[in-house]
Amino acid sequence: MLEEMIIAGFGGQGVMSMGQLIAYAGMLEGKGVSWLPSYGPEQRGGTANCAVVVSDEPVGSPVVTRPSTAIILNNPSFDKFEPCVRPGGLLIVNSSLVTKTSGREDIEMIEISATDMANDLGNSRVANMILLGAFLEQTKVVSEGAVIESLKKVLGEEKQHLIEVNKLALKKGAAFVGGRMVV
Amino acid sequence: MGKVLMKGNEVIAESAVHAGCKYFFGYPITPQSELVAYMARRLPEVGGLFLQAESEVAAINMVYGAASAGVRVMTSSSSPGFSLKQEGISYLAGAQLPAVIVNIARGGPGLGNIQPAQSDYFQVTKGGGHGDYHTPVLAPASLQEIVDLTKDAFDIADRYRTPVILLGDGMLGQMMEPVEFTEGTEIRKFAKPWATTGTLGDGPPRTITSLELDAESLEKRNWDLQQKFAVMKANEIRYETYLTEDADYIMVAFGTVARITMNAVNKAREAGVKVGLIRPISLWPFPEKPFLETRDRVKGYISVEMSAGQMVEDVRLVVEGHAQVDFFGRTGGIVPTQDEIFEKIMMAAGGVTV
Amino acid sequence: MTMKIVFQKTSGLTDKPTHYCPGCTHGVIHRLVAEVLEEMGVLEDTVGVASVGCSVLSYEYFNCDMTQAAHGRAPAVATGVKRVLPDRMVFTYQGDGDLASIGISEVIHAAARGENITVIFVNNAIYGMTGGQMAPTSLIGQKTATTPYGRDVSVHGSPIKVCEMISVLDGAAYIERVSTHDVPHIQKAKKAIRRAFETQKRGGGFSMVEILSTCPTNWGLDPAESLEWVRDNMVPVYPLGVYKNKATGNL
Repeated sequence: MLEEMIIAGFGGQGVMSMGQLIAYAGMLEGKGVSWLPSYGPEQRGGTANCAVVVSDEPVGSPVVTRPSTAIILNNPSFDKFEPCVRPGGLLIVNSSLVTKTSGREDIEMIEISATDMANDLGNSRVANMILLGAFLEQTKVVSEGAVIESLKKVLGEEKQHLIEVNKLALKKGAAFVGGRMVV
Repeated sequence: MGKVLMKGNEVIAESAVHAGCKYFFGYPITPQSELVAYMARRLPEVGGLFLQAESEVAAINMVYGAASAGVRVMTSSSSPGFSLKQEGISYLAGAQLPAVIVNIARGGPGLGNIQPAQSDYFQVTKGGGHGDYHTPVLAPASLQEIVDLTKDAFDIADRYRTPVILLGDGMLGQMMEPVEFTEGTEIRKFAKPWATTGTLGDGPPRTITSLELDAESLEKRNWDLQQKFAVMKANEIRYETYLTEDADYIMVAFGTVARITMNAVNKAREAGVKVGLIRPISLWPFPEKPFLETRDRVKGYISVEMSAGQMVEDVRLVVEGHAQVDFFGRTGGIVPTQDEIFEKIMMAAGGVTV
Repeated sequence: MTMKIVFQKTSGLTDKPTHYCPGCTHGVIHRLVAEVLEEMGVLEDTVGVASVGCSVLSYEYFNCDMTQAAHGRAPAVATGVKRVLPDRMVFTYQGDGDLASIGISEVIHAAARGENITVIFVNNAIYGMTGGQMAPTSLIGQKTATTPYGRDVSVHGSPIKVCEMISVLDGAAYIERVSTHDVPHIQKAKKAIRRAFETQKRGGGFSMVEILSTCPTNWGLDPAESLEWVRDNMVPVYPLGVYKNKATGNL
């Protein structure tokens, strides 16, 4: 298994932390992982993205230019990364924020109104976790259990109360994919 | 302790602590600022001292002072700040003081940008400052390798009384990977009878200086330095080879670029091209052996760098015309892609792109 | 008849003859520092930091552990030493080019941090070692190799008054300016150096003594005229006295 992904959106959407959770969970499962952020002025208010590699082998290059999965949270990132997804790859889009849609027929696309669904849960900040839930359900790259385990460590003592809503968001994203009509 | 997921900059800092470094003098600059911040938090926990200097110039001279007082000491910067430290590094080399200096390189020249680059290769391997000297340069490619090489850097510094440079790029500094620190590994202690700690009544006063006004004496000192460099060349060369045994073409790359290149090598192997990789880990002294062993049987070497072509000169020096030496590089903070490198290999192998 | 020893060279200096020019007061200042360190009984606990300029070889004259610093960087080097060895006596010995020009940043920040070191700042209003060029402390109208028509405010600006500048920093604990132009002033200079080192000894913070000094060679004066020049021309521009003494509340 070799999953090379790009997660991209605006700074503050939890793009970086989503990537870190996947890497952390992969590490807990004994897989080879790497997380590589875009950094610098662009991440303050501009677009932010990170590349995550999860592999059964030690990770070679941490740089991802032809992602097997791209998770997209805004329009500029859609423009930048939609064409890069490798044939047969997966494109997950937060359709609450991304108005564009892919015309490509050689990739699989999941459009999920994650921000609206997060608002339904009463916390718009867990939109990223809904997307993550969808990604995990679709690819099984790492287990949901490992992600929740990672979440506990990443959130720290004072934010443990947020675990439940994050768990809920993961499940909602997974359910969306599970119940989706696949054509 | 088990595996932890950390940023490269933090791994360097923690590795230094594990290597017994308790003194750090730093100055913020992207993309190495996490290293400085980590040390500010961490060193007080181990009874050490972190001090933010007023400039890179002051920081390297504080390092000079701490090294002259006999302790393991580190500073870190990125390219423009590293240039400012060059004066101090020359003094450290001249006065024969051990210290570890980290350069998490970024795009240049001048202020350049903050994206990853390897264009400080000349600066770090050819001396960089004024005078006849070299500094050992270690270039890790992964975060786990940082742990080992940071420890090695301090040991080399103490053993040879020399500044040692740990060279990474912004990518290595910013990325996260699992690392494992082995607890309780022995920190090698080196006697430092030369340190100016105050005589405390034990023997005559000592002097640490790089000044020698008498030309003959300075020439002798310089030959002694060269002798020391020769011993380093004999003992401190580090490199890794990958699939070079039957290779027609050998890629040459260091640091993060070596990882991207390795992926391209794998892809080219799948396409039936016999290609391998030499990854210099010590950039100075430069690993000559894997080239001498292969230069009469391979068709060519391709040096891949995040620069306009710097290490390729050292490759040409050791290959001495026995085989073709080509170069592929991206500069200005652009990271070469696996596909680009693959294309370059295929071009060399068949003259056609796939 | 037995001879009684009534005077001895301080053990704070080595036997090496200094390279200083005739009439230069570096030798006097070296002796004052060395005598103070000897009298305080701290020579063996002292690490000195030599600078770049005429006093570059001071490490050959002071009879204690010495480290030689890059031009202007002595306070940074001393910071490194002192932070590693907080119970040692650490001093820098710097001229006006080293401290007030290229090294002004390092000395200001060492003072601002309240670095517990002592700076001996020798001000003779000229670059001596390189052949008599303008220093930041050269006087208005002073002719030097690089101000052959005299220092002109409109071109070169005004002399930097280091004690006045440093003394406003909270980290500065003891700041005094003294002179070497006659015996009473030399005696006062020694007392100032002693107070500076005592400040360091009790952990008081940054101490600096600026010592007005001569450069007969580059001033083009004989030694006696040089002393008069300090008295008549430098002292009016660089007023003597204690600029700061935290211990006595003289702020």
